[in-house]
Amino acid sequence: MEKMVNVFLYGKKYEVPAGLTIMEAMEYAGYKLVRGVGCRNGFCGACATVYRIKGDRELKACLACSTTVEDNMYVATLPFFPLIKEGYDIEKVRPDEQIMMQLYPEIYACVGCNACTKSCSQGLSVMQYIAHAQRGEYEKCAELSFDCVMCGICSSRCPAGISHPQVAMLARRLNGKYLSPESLHLTERCKEIEDGLCTEAIEALMQKPIAELKELYNNRDIEK
Amino acid sequence: MIFTEEMLQSMKKVEAAREANITYEPARMTAEEKEALLAEYHPDYKDAGFATIKTGPNKGEKAPVELVEVLEGHSRVLDLCVDLNKIDYDVDVLVIGGGGAGSSAAIEAHEAGANVMIATKLRIGDANTMMAEGGIQAADKPNDSPAQHYIDVMGGGHYVNRPELVRKLVMDGPSAIKWLNELGVEFDKDENGTMITTHGGGTSRKRMHAAADYSGAEIMRTLRDEVLNRKIPVLDFTAAIELILDDEGKAAGAVLQNMETGEVLVARAKCVVLATGGAGRMHYQGFPTSNHHGATADGLVLGYRAGAKLLYQDTLQYHPTGVAFPQQIFGALVTEKVRSMGAKLVNSEGEVYVHPLETRDVNAAAVIRECSTRGKGVSTPTGGKAVWLDTPMIDMIHGKGTLEKRLPAMLRMYLKFGIDMRETPILIYPTLHYQNGGLEIGANGMTCVENLYVAGEAVGGIHGRNRLMGNSLLDIIVFGRHAGQQAGAKCKETTVGKLSLDHVTKYDNELKKANAESNVPSPKLFPDYTRKL
Repeated sequence: MEKMVNVFLYGKKYEVPAGLTIMEAMEYAGYKLVRGVGCRNGFCGACATVYRIKGDRELKACLACSTTVEDNMYVATLPFFPLIKEGYDIEKVRPDEQIMMQLYPEIYACVGCNACTKSCSQGLSVMQYIAHAQRGEYEKCAELSFDCVMCGICSSRCPAGISHPQVAMLARRLNGKYLSPESLHLTERCKEIEDGLCTEAIEALMQKPIAELKELYNNRDIEK
Repeated sequence: MIFTEEMLQSMKKVEAAREANITYEPARMTAEEKEALLAEYHPDYKDAGFATIKTGPNKGEKAPVELVEVLEGHSRVLDLCVDLNKIDYDVDVLVIGGGGAGSSAAIEAHEAGANVMIATKLRIGDANTMMAEGGIQAADKPNDSPAQHYIDVMGGGHYVNRPELVRKLVMDGPSAIKWLNELGVEFDKDENGTMITTHGGGTSRKRMHAAADYSGAEIMRTLRDEVLNRKIPVLDFTAAIELILDDEGKAAGAVLQNMETGEVLVARAKCVVLATGGAGRMHYQGFPTSNHHGATADGLVLGYRAGAKLLYQDTLQYHPTGVAFPQQIFGALVTEKVRSMGAKLVNSEGEVYVHPLETRDVNAAAVIRECSTRGKGVSTPTGGKAVWLDTPMIDMIHGKGTLEKRLPAMLRMYLKFGIDMRETPILIYPTLHYQNGGLEIGANGMTCVENLYVAGEAVGGIHGRNRLMGNSLLDIIVFGRHAGQQAGAKCKETTVGKLSLDHVTKYDNELKKANAESNVPSPKLFPDYTRKL
């Protein structure tokens, strides 16, 4: 006999097999999911969920697709949270402190409660990356926030109304575009292709009969 | 301890052989050995998994049973009163699908000055692009060239790739990376700016660019941010359920349906870009999948009914390393980058039985062989078999901390279920990962239906019969941008005629004539995982 546990989906009790994820438990209970489901494997952030275990004071947060159900788990999904996303022109912004001040001034209202970090479904140091954003340290902000799936749980817990995932998104784009060093080999190759230096070799290959192509493939040298 | 006794026993053999296995370099298979292995073990060669298409442009050809079922299914618009005179959205370019290809297309069409809109079944970014972990290929290193890349792509695809599409893929590869980098995508680089690149299965040069093992996520969230910055309208939770043609047979929009309220909407467009992605949630041959919730081949159905041709619809990619255990993440992807970084595939006896960087079809077939006729698989609690991917090798080869730094998503995925892949090997089995085939396009990105463009996983022909790692992230960018540019220009010289859904009724009549009528609602839109009592 399969071991069963009781879960309370939006307060209603269902008996489901132990070992299912919260998402699978919802489907087992009969929910045909449209919202609150995306990649089903921890990358898209669509299935932000909060829960409490009966008798436990702590409110926990997770992704429903990658968290196993527990007995007496009270579950509510958070399929949408109104984050602030400011528009900007990536070609015109610069990686200085001004830009955060201008687009996301609420980050300076952080009260240091650390609720964001405690609730992060990825276990990131959210409050710390916001501190870096405040100081215009975008490289550090980008590094600490890199694994963010933008589920928005942090923002739902923030008394200052900060949209942490969007702040981090801006920092990462600034870092990727302006702060990380240029890849010269990439620039050069793009120019070679543009100047037509790679065309002849490709066109020669396209003309080759398959037997010749096979020969080339089977005997190509493979970089160690 | 969550491992079974059998697993622990086998794990001991893997541990005992680890040091020797690290230095052991297994031979690569010859072309003949590969062909024989594929013919005997690859799911594409299993006749029972396929049926014959009874009507339409590919009549008489084979396709997976589940795909034929939706191709010959019951169009959702037949039961609805769609008023084509009531236009809800009127745009230059309608992009269907909000993944990497759709977003790239939308950005480029917008850049070309078109009035563009995205309609997507889930949210923008809830897509296979988001889950691509390992990286993106492009020939931009001094020891590499587009020609070298071309040879790898053709060989990996068994030489049936469309040469003009492969040319575009490899020639536009470096500029695709540059475009992404200039949008702010954070590629792994050393302090001088040199891209940190690795091998993928079947590559002859280290040309896999990555952003840790969140490569697709980093690309996708940047593209999404850019779409939002440009204020391109995104209709989320809105599926396209049928294409609309005009009285000249040109693509002219789509019938959309709100996935939550059921409301039916008409979008008129001068050009349409289908970027609906893959088909993992069709669970061909009963395989689990690494794909997102909406991967149900919708675009293939819509395009086919409108007259577009399918190409290589009978070839799927089973990623050799899907999670076999624990059951909560059964079928999830373990990135090929794990093997790029030195982890080897090891059977229940602790033997390295294959070169870890053979192409995906070969490695998937080799896993199936170990687990079936060779009897060297480890049993899993769900009744299946699996082989080991010896992940502790990575830190032993590259130094402690490497796995955590370069494969954070993989480490986190397993840690959530109490498995530390730095310490213990992991159990894997092939998972349905990619639709190699799809709708046929020309070099201009258009199908044989005028003004109907396709980009991304819904395209067939770029990868032949087997795609190499890192060429999908590349193709969604290259062909997504291309479709957007082409549609952005074409819409300026297009006048839309009278809207029509006659092609749907006509197709339905052909089905009836062929006795292929069915009640299965089509396209599928979403899988149904609710418990059947």
